[in-house]
Amino acid sequence: MTKSQYYIPIGPIHPALKEPIRVEAKVEGEKIVEVDVKRGFAHRGIEYMGMKRNAIQALYLSERICGICSISHPYAFVVGSEKALGIEAPPRAQYIRTIIAELERIHSHILWLGVVAHEVGFDSLLFWTWKGREKVLDVLELISGNRINYSMYMIGGVRRDLKESHIKALKEMIDYYRIFNQEMKNLFLADPVYKARTRGVAQLSKEMALKVNAVGPTARAAGLRMDIRQDIPYDAYADIEVRGIVPQDIVGEVYGDAYDATLVRIYEIDQSVDIIEYCIDNLPEGKIMAIPNYVVLLSKIKRTKGEGIGAHEAPRGEVIHYFKYDGTRDGPAVWKVVAPSYNNINSWAPLLLGAEVADIPVVVAYIDPCMCCNDRIAVVRDSSGKIVDSTTLHRMAVEKTMRIKKELGVKE
Amino acid sequence: MVNKMMFVLLKQVVKKPFTNPFPVKHAPKNVTELIEKVQKGEVKINPPVPLPEEGFRGKIHYDPERCIGCQLCIKVCPADAMEWIPELRKIRHYVSRCMFCQLCVDICPGKKFPGEEKNVKALSMSNDFLLADYDKYSDNLIEEPPEAKEKGL
Repeated sequence: MTKSQYYIPIGPIHPALKEPIRVEAKVEGEKIVEVDVKRGFAHRGIEYMGMKRNAIQALYLSERICGICSISHPYAFVVGSEKALGIEAPPRAQYIRTIIAELERIHSHILWLGVVAHEVGFDSLLFWTWKGREKVLDVLELISGNRINYSMYMIGGVRRDLKESHIKALKEMIDYYRIFNQEMKNLFLADPVYKARTRGVAQLSKEMALKVNAVGPTARAAGLRMDIRQDIPYDAYADIEVRGIVPQDIVGEVYGDAYDATLVRIYEIDQSVDIIEYCIDNLPEGKIMAIPNYVVLLSKIKRTKGEGIGAHEAPRGEVIHYFKYDGTRDGPAVWKVVAPSYNNINSWAPLLLGAEVADIPVVVAYIDPCMCCNDRIAVVRDSSGKIVDSTTLHRMAVEKTMRIKKELGVKE
Repeated sequence: MVNKMMFVLLKQVVKKPFTNPFPVKHAPKNVTELIEKVQKGEVKINPPVPLPEEGFRGKIHYDPERCIGCQLCIKVCPADAMEWIPELRKIRHYVSRCMFCQLCVDICPGKKFPGEEKNVKALSMSNDFLLADYDKYSDNLIEEPPEAKEKGL
């Protein structure tokens, strides 16, 4: 009799993966019967680095946590820090922050739509969607000075003001995306091939979404109306009635599959465009920084004792930052980051179980995973399953370097 | 099967490419020769993408004459791209480490020469973004006072 079960390891480094993660699957024919997801390959120790630096340096470090949504971590950082320090950003700064965050949501969602088109094998659609994404990146470059890392936020405000030329460009962009998004609805949602490929794939029920703690568009696609902008409003979102978009509002029924995730994300682009339009129509006048001088700001941080939690609805889900300032140094004494992909990756194992091998790319892509966000801690276990502590690891690393040096014959 | 997607995608065939064109249309046989020709002005190459009119964050320009040696840029730099030269009381900036956040430019107090009304900052953002190099310590990627190089500090 021939062997019926095969073991397929994918990753951590694999041509199909953009970032390191390991999926171990056992397959019978085309069906996956056993699956295990292992993470922790992209841990960079950013929280520890932030605790050694001052708060302004750590803010720009937090911009580098995520590779795509570079403003969502700083947003949670500034909201949490302002709570801990007891300062509040001026209204104009709050509105500008909201505009930047929504611009980023547009570009991140269009990026995801391109990626999922690529994963189902529609590469011409990938190029078409990314062509549309250029417009929002150009606007972000005009406002902030760079396309991806905007460096706009500061504790207690924003660093750059919106000028008349920026508002003109934003209005032009809004008109462009109203047409572009209508085209995207036609292309993605009305296309029979795309529907056949995604309907019923990666189907997450409401109960399962609650069980695996799914957040963001993944949870909303499963029919849970949860959105930080609606549940804990902050900044300009408090003035706008934001309601989380769920498929039952749009089509009346919920499947919770990859098609519903597409639906939710495309309608969220519409919602973001509406929020930006409201913000530029009602942009308050005034200053943009609560404490304009960075040296004064750092000395205030040094004098302050306090803690705070900042939450922001990033394109992928909720980002939460916890801070503690102990009043002895000008940086955070404790800094903890919770990223949305950590929760959403939990849904891979139940969804892959029983799926076909060809569905793996869709299941992996539909939550819009970001490995570099979610790896917050890395532990190493020895053969008996015990966690190896850092001093032992350091000693082993030194020993290995010595051994390699000896093998290669390196002279000191 | 004919659907909306086919029309949209077929329309792209007659449109002009959205992306920035390559410097020359076809790959040259000899790149060095081409670069020499461009420098002589015999061949024209397609320019890189246009920049926004103002506010672009490119390579940092450092004017040592305006630097007062306050070290505030070293205090805020998130990437540790600034180095203090104690002998000259000036800084050295490594562009290969820089993350273009503009904090040092914001915090720089600058200096005014006699006859000027306002302080002019020692650090400023330029529009230069083509920074590829073989060596991360090449002259193009280090901004320092000229005396530092002469004295070998």
